[in-house]
Amino acid sequence: MGERTTTLANAPSLEERAWRIRRNALRMGEVQGQGYIAQALGVADVLAVSYFHALRYRPEDPEWEGRDRFLLSIGHYAIALYAALIEAGIVPADELETYGSDDSRLPMSAMAAYTPGMEISGGSLGIGLGIAVGMCLGLKRKGSDRFVYNLMSDGELGEGPTWEAAASAAHWKLGNLICLVDVNRMQADGPSPDVLNFEPLPAKWEAFGWYAQRVDGNDIGALVKAFDAARALEEPKPRIIICDTRMAKGVPFLEAREKSHFIRVEQHEWAQALEALDAGRQA
Amino acid sequence: MKRMKRPPPGAQAPTPGEQGGEGGQLPGQTPKKRLTTSAMIASLASEGQRTKPAPFGHALVEAAKNRPEIVGMTADLGKYTDLHIFGRAFPDRHYQMGMAEQNLMLAAGGMAHEGFVPFVTTYAVFASRRTYDFISQGIVEEGLNVKICCALPGLTTGYGPSHQATEDVAIFRGMPDLTIVDPCDALDIEQATPAIAAHDGPVYMRLLRGNVPLVLDEYDYRFELGKAKLVRDGMDALVISSGFMTMRALEAAKLLEADRVSLAVLHSPTIKPLDEEAILREARRAGRMVVVAENHSVIGGLGEAVAGTLLRAGVAPAAFRQVALPDEFLDAGALPTLHDRYGISAEAMARSIKSWL
Repeated sequence: MGERTTTLANAPSLEERAWRIRRNALRMGEVQGQGYIAQALGVADVLAVSYFHALRYRPEDPEWEGRDRFLLSIGHYAIALYAALIEAGIVPADELETYGSDDSRLPMSAMAAYTPGMEISGGSLGIGLGIAVGMCLGLKRKGSDRFVYNLMSDGELGEGPTWEAAASAAHWKLGNLICLVDVNRMQADGPSPDVLNFEPLPAKWEAFGWYAQRVDGNDIGALVKAFDAARALEEPKPRIIICDTRMAKGVPFLEAREKSHFIRVEQHEWAQALEALDAGRQA
Repeated sequence: MKRMKRPPPGAQAPTPGEQGGEGGQLPGQTPKKRLTTSAMIASLASEGQRTKPAPFGHALVEAAKNRPEIVGMTADLGKYTDLHIFGRAFPDRHYQMGMAEQNLMLAAGGMAHEGFVPFVTTYAVFASRRTYDFISQGIVEEGLNVKICCALPGLTTGYGPSHQATEDVAIFRGMPDLTIVDPCDALDIEQATPAIAAHDGPVYMRLLRGNVPLVLDEYDYRFELGKAKLVRDGMDALVISSGFMTMRALEAAKLLEADRVSLAVLHSPTIKPLDEEAILREARRAGRMVVVAENHSVIGGLGEAVAGTLLRAGVAPAAFRQVALPDEFLDAGALPTLHDRYGISAEAMARSIKSWL
């Protein structure tokens, strides 16, 4: 059922999905007057390709054993994943209005116990990939052929456990692990290369024994190819797709705004941002 | 500038009575033979004491026979935590995760997500100091069913502070929803292992490994998760203890019989959640001093947990004392020397209690 949605002839294009994810995120930002909106807009294409091209899941049964697991290591990207989960039909669209409010199932930082489809409580950065390693080992034990996707940020490349997990995944030949890195080159204290330089990225991961690809994370065609290659690879090694993204993608005046980890959006600007996004819609 | 623990050889010996100087014997005394530092895997057993080999490993094999979801995971310390016994019995269910403790805990969380029950082993210092956040956020916050079983709790090695987990209970007690177990001997471990396997939720267990003393089989005792058990009754003082300090308390009780001092011993192997009912029931019996004995720092362990319980309930015993390790980075050396030095040998404990009565 739901897992076949994307193959329907009249299914929305991935570009349309990405646009809707951005729109959902902006509307949540408007409700709360804040949120990591620049990250959400930047990573929307990666999420669109994940949820509407690659992942197998049943919207009505988020715990379905046959699903591919999608881990949000970056808990502060919750707004982005909620936007995708709403578009995927896993979270009802009317809950969007509750984002970040008391008693909401959509808290500001992502937690497994709150939200359907949220596999882990991320947010303490650097924990997702290690959990993914354990899940991959578990799935292999069960004889499952499902994938575990772990979405992390470039900032998490500074965390030690990321590299423990990188070595471990290669050691265990985890061909069922696909790591996605959102490289927007911006951390809490400034541009990532100034905070803690992590380049050259593909070479590092390859040296750890991974199949590494680097793509423009806002180019849906390139993402589809990379996801397909990652899934199709027969060699039993973990896979990583390094996605270079532009923060605030899709809303030109926010894209142009001075870059920072937490982009300020004035209250009156949310409506303008939605208008700007709609104006750039690729039907 | 760094502080030096010991004077260089040949330097002036510490003055008599000064703490901690092994060369500080009084003039005219025959120099005592210095014991050598116990190996990492030294047994706690005293000479001639009955022991059982690897009770955790064997009990886990038993518990896992009908539970295929139980897996073992370790960070290059399988042999030093007795998990190798499990690994030998179930090689396919034994995961050597390498010397990467953060990943060990996270991967255990991932395994538990997929329905498995990982028994994770390393040393207590590494679990508590190095991987706290990963246990908290990767396992316990989500209520995942992982059992973290750690060797070298408290002062069970003479290798110095890098390996002495004197504050692990203080660290872990602050973590909501984490059950903490500190068994006494081989029998306790044999019974605690299936009990924590049957418990649905994360557990931290302090492990004694290798040839582990066997003591509690002489008493009318059974391990029950969450329960403290009175293993010996007495009139002068109530010892509330966990871990191998219960064994020491029972030995001290025998030593004190000669002085007509009568000790009760309430063994509380579950430190969290604490069996407050049993503790208050025993502490309310009038006229007895309460002594809390633990193989842990005086800060933040069973002693302070019991003190808080008593105060909150308005129970004031005749006196309250702790037999525990000092709030210090401890010395390196031989275990018997160190246990005596820090007051957790049976003899030192008996002396302390006698002096307090």
